[in-house]
Amino acid sequence: MIKIEVNMELCQHYGQCVFEAPNLFKLDDDDKLEYHAEADDSERDNVESAVDVCPMQAIRIVE
Amino acid sequence: MSNQPSTSARCRPFESSSSAVPDAVPVTIAPVIIVGASLGALRTAEALRRAGYAGPLTVIGEEPHAPYNRPPLSKEVLSTGVSHSAVAFPARAATADVEWMLSARVVSADLEARTVTADDGRKHPWRALVIATGLRSRRLDLPLIAGRHTVRTLDDAMALRDELVPGASVVMVGAGFIGCEVAATARKLGCEVTIVAPGAEPLIRPLGALVGAELRRRHEQHGVSFALGRTVAAILGEVAFEGLQLDTGEVIAGDVLVEAIGSVCNTDWLDGTSLDLTDGVLADSALRAVSTDGTAHDDIYVVGDIARFPNRMFDDVARRIEHWNIPTDTGKRVGAVLGAWLADDGSFAELVTREFTPMPAFWSNQFEVGVQAYGLPALTDGDIRILQGELSGAVAVGYYRADRLVGVVGLGLKAELLPYRQQITALASGKLT
Repeated sequence: MIKIEVNMELCQHYGQCVFEAPNLFKLDDDDKLEYHAEADDSERDNVESAVDVCPMQAIRIVE
Repeated sequence: MSNQPSTSARCRPFESSSSAVPDAVPVTIAPVIIVGASLGALRTAEALRRAGYAGPLTVIGEEPHAPYNRPPLSKEVLSTGVSHSAVAFPARAATADVEWMLSARVVSADLEARTVTADDGRKHPWRALVIATGLRSRRLDLPLIAGRHTVRTLDDAMALRDELVPGASVVMVGAGFIGCEVAATARKLGCEVTIVAPGAEPLIRPLGALVGAELRRRHEQHGVSFALGRTVAAILGEVAFEGLQLDTGEVIAGDVLVEAIGSVCNTDWLDGTSLDLTDGVLADSALRAVSTDGTAHDDIYVVGDIARFPNRMFDDVARRIEHWNIPTDTGKRVGAVLGAWLADDGSFAELVTREFTPMPAFWSNQFEVGVQAYGLPALTDGDIRILQGELSGAVAVGYYRADRLVGVVGLGLKAELLPYRQQITALASGKLT
């Protein structure tokens, strides 16, 4: 299990994470980010990619 | 205090207490050298380790700072004054043993002898070379006086921040993304702002006149002035900046001059080599550097916005793409391809031929307007359509070439752009124009 943390003060809801880890991140009807704070280990590569592509660098994996 | 390398740090591992080279690696093996120490270098190093390369890896870069995120430089860094630690990319365990030589500029390369030479005269042999030196700001060819600024590096932004005080009069030369973003930030900080640019509208080259005019209208609503269709004739002031004289004779007085007139590729250190340096460094779709005779080098790669490479999502034309996602996409690609070449496990030939079609993506915040785009709007043949919404509100604008969507730009829209992004992606799998 991995823990995901998004700094919602930094997040600008660009939604780039959605492409990298679609099971965990999505933009709601108001274009606001929704995400799962916990994910299966099998998602680690996807979450790391989501961390990489966030323009605001707002996502981190809590180790 | 930052715990990462700072000013004048040389030859220090990037946030690591271990030695630079693991004990298991014989010191006689030349390292992979990445020249340039920004985001592209970091992603390349990470991807090389992910691909299984455990040998020596050295990054040599001119800036004193470890890799940091540049988008906040024109916004948050100017408005709230964050430090390097706030914009630095987190270091990962996998790259803890990478040697980071910061504040060190590579001045030349010898591709036959496989060395690069740094500005202290030292020669560094390499087994493979990654070119990641990126761009620098283009400057007006005018006398250097106090009060002239640009925004490319963290140090640039820090220096400008100190001058953006309420009531200061800022003259911005250039109406591209950096120019418009810095203008908006300066206005929000209480400065008077005038944008001078040769185009008929701001952002006309990347986004076209339709969207450019709308963004101008929104800037004007916030009190930004424009002098468009004008060029700079002279700079006024002998010790410090006092104003600009335009080609029309008109004078724009000001306290602070910001130059955002595009960028220049940092290829000087490769002059005299066989590489094709026509615009950046030419690379094939595996991002191998290509010589003027067409030879692609298995041991030399190019990453980031200095790489001119073909993206078959659009066509076979090699282009440089100055978007934020490109250092990450190209760095990962080079890590995989070069990692396979270094491993010599037979996977290299297949990897080289694998399609590489990164989706260009960019974002911009100017006042309350969030601009978001996918694809290459500038490739349009002039066929620009409003896809949904209204220009004066939230809108998605499509850019077509030969009746195919090649780019989409949203003002105030995000999730709604995703189906259009999908249409552009479909270009890659469909037949090429």
